[in-house]
Amino acid sequence: MTVNDLCNIEGFNPLTLPEGDREISGVYIGDLLSWVMGKARSDNAWITIMSNINTLAVASLTDVACVILAEGVTLEEEVKNAAENKGINVITSAYSAYDTALILSKAQ
Amino acid sequence: MSEQVVFTFDVDGDDFTSAGHASMQVKKNLRQLGIDPDIIRRVSIAMYEGEINMVIHARGGVATVSVSEEYIEIILKDEGPGISDIEQAMQEGFSTAPDNIRTLGFGAGMGLPNMKRYTDYMNIESQVGVGTTITMRVNLE
Ligand SMILES: Nc1ncnc2c1ncn2[C@@H]1O[C@H](COP(=O)(O)OP(=O)(O)O)[C@@H](O)[C@H]1O
Ligand SMILES: [Mg+2]
Repeated sequence: MTVNDLCNIEGFNPLTLPEGDREISGVYIGDLLSWVMGKARSDNAWITIMSNINTLAVASLTDVACVILAEGVTLEEEVKNAAENKGINVITSAYSAYDTALILSKAQ
Repeated sequence: MSEQVVFTFDVDGDDFTSAGHASMQVKKNLRQLGIDPDIIRRVSIAMYEGEINMVIHARGGVATVSVSEEYIEIILKDEGPGISDIEQAMQEGFSTAPDNIRTLGFGAGMGLPNMKRYTDYMNIESQVGVGTTITMRVNLE
């Protein structure tokens, strides 16, 4: 499933989608950034509620396919622009981290 | 021996939001040099953790990255408070980070362990009241 495909699922809305054709492979869930850097793999979808500027740096360094902000969390305008510039896909999900992961698991 | 490529960055100790600038730039530069993506990933994550530590714990510092034929070397040098017990600091979960840093997602005490895990060599030299110098290497062959 690509990030574009994910955005077609109800409850998932793109905040930035500069590389929508990236393929998602596996999921990592976490809000502690060093844990994410230690454990997330390239091409994972990373589910979190952290939406600050450091989230973008971690997404870029770990090379995840996209960041999914659970619980309807969104991005401040400034962070959103930075995500666009850095080429990072950020999706907001209306669901909890758990339900978001379940939906991803079914869709893959 | 062929030429060495060296990048140097000032890491600003006041600006938490721009922390990561140096690591992102290194990532870009290494990509231009045609370095293997997995090696770039390890180098840039290790460097980012070190950069964040310099901002949170040491009021900034200087990062130097050099690329030779055998390895990529990252040297992070600060004149912060130093680390009194390095063995304790290296333990997973140990952190003296303040609460405001935790709300940003840092301060899990996994930074130094990540730096060790992603590099082939890591050395910490630190003196309380003087500063800390961390040297890391990722082998290229
Ligand atoms: N450059 C530094 N200067 C002074 N102390 C440091 C430095 N880097 C790390 N430390 C100390 O080591 C501890 C562990 O670091 P780390 O594993 O990165 O965890 P965290 O940054 O989440 O606290 C820090 O909480 C701090 O006390
Ligand atoms: Mg740290």
